[in-house]
Amino acid sequence: MSETLRRFPLVSRLLHWIMAALVLAMLFIGIGMVSTTSPDYYRLLTIHKSIGITILILVAVRLIHRLLTSAPPLPADLPRWQVLMAKATHVMLYVLMFALPIIGWAMLSAGGFPIVVFGGLRLPAILPHDIAVFGVLRAAHTVLAFLLLAVFLAHLGAALFHYLVRRDDVLQSMA
Amino acid sequence: MPDATPTPGTLELLQGNLGRLAGIGLVMISVAGALAYTGGFLSTDRLSADRMADALERSGGATQKGVRRAHSKGICIAGHFVGTTAGRRISSAKVFDGGVVPLTGRFAEATIDPYTRDSAVGIRSMALRLLPAQRGEWRMAINNTPGLQVSTPEAFYDNLVASAPDPVTGQPNPAKMAAFLAKHPESVAFLKRMKAKPLASGFANDSYNSIDGFIFVAPDGMRRLVRWTMKAEDRFEALDPGKRQNMPANYMFNELLARIDRGPAKWRLIATIAKPGDPNRAAELWPDDRQRVDMGELTIDRVESEAPGNCRDLNFDPLILPSGIAASDDPIPFARSAVYASSFRRRAGEVTPPAAVPNQSAGAAK
Repeated sequence: MSETLRRFPLVSRLLHWIMAALVLAMLFIGIGMVSTTSPDYYRLLTIHKSIGITILILVAVRLIHRLLTSAPPLPADLPRWQVLMAKATHVMLYVLMFALPIIGWAMLSAGGFPIVVFGGLRLPAILPHDIAVFGVLRAAHTVLAFLLLAVFLAHLGAALFHYLVRRDDVLQSMA
Repeated sequence: MPDATPTPGTLELLQGNLGRLAGIGLVMISVAGALAYTGGFLSTDRLSADRMADALERSGGATQKGVRRAHSKGICIAGHFVGTTAGRRISSAKVFDGGVVPLTGRFAEATIDPYTRDSAVGIRSMALRLLPAQRGEWRMAINNTPGLQVSTPEAFYDNLVASAPDPVTGQPNPAKMAAFLAKHPESVAFLKRMKAKPLASGFANDSYNSIDGFIFVAPDGMRRLVRWTMKAEDRFEALDPGKRQNMPANYMFNELLARIDRGPAKWRLIATIAKPGDPNRAAELWPDDRQRVDMGELTIDRVESEAPGNCRDLNFDPLILPSGIAASDDPIPFARSAVYASSFRRRAGEVTPPAAVPNQSAGAAK
């Protein structure tokens, strides 16, 4: 089996695992920071913004790279509904990895906040000051974060399903 | 690819791997569980910003929608700030560089009901958003009180709970407050100071304190723990408490509009530098002999009613700090930042009621 194993290109694999760690960290940081009024709130929020922008940059690089290279095919015997599920969750992961940092940036803009990342880099506002728009985007940020958590868990479960139950090459192709 | 043995269907695959499937489920549940733990969903004693905002809402009985959960009765102000040479020596923040720094802000009263009579509220605040060209924005929300009644977010929460009206009687329960004060001598001392302090007749002749400790970072890197006061240049005048009760509902705001119509009102930003060992606790004052530095002059020359897009729609988060000013280990500003964010998020999703002091302006904009 390993002789015929076709892996993702090295750049894809690196981006995948770096972003997996960042996204998982962001879920923990996001849920943790809103749970406390201690100094951790401010520290985590500061980190949250910088990691968010990092993810936005990386996902843009990753999408371009993904469109320019070809991915290994899914196993030929994978039932059609699982192929569709796989495609849908991957599209959702990409959409959410773009949407969450962009909404975060946009909502801070609409809220009239200065947006400072990486210890001093001031980002421009991407929306005019409007508290009602802030309200909608702030709510969307939370809902989409929980959706990302659900898709993340589905992706994790599916990867383990391929490795442990189907015992095919899908997980190894990203390893 | 056709194989010698037929590939098992999904159902057979699942039935033959129940143990492994359970393992996968366990991994997924563990990740979700770790997140729930991190988010405080598994504990009842975590003091989240939402929990504090809930307590603020309950502290005045009915929740007022669409307005700040504290200091909700206010009016917008604008003007400028000019820093001093002495100020530049202890903070490298751009606001002190001697240039004219434009600013907007808000005067407010500490009530959760924006239609309260001015005579019913004794705690007043000044909020500012200083906007130097390019970068270095600084926001502050400062009070006319001598310190804060508590020094920790937890004590602030306990104080809110103890002073909230009983849902049955609609009145605060004095026994609860007495129990809180028995545990918090710093709050007893604060209330004593409040009682002794005469109340200013207006916003313009009152002075406002940072309450919390912040770090000023000098150009040479030296870090100093400071508190500051925005000290009124208008002569302090107290209003006779008996006379105050008969004043019109919005007398404080009407008086401010009239005051700015006569000309700009000014304050001096006076920083007090802590000595080693001074308590960085908001309920504890520092000795009077601490070094004071005149950091600059604040001028307010315009006032206008709260309206869409002006100070009404800003969060005066005290941790929006420029380089040259930093948070200290005073825990209160962190909690204020978190709770202000919760209040801002709540009211952003609600319909804002009309301003208590509608359609008025005074000063240079006229």
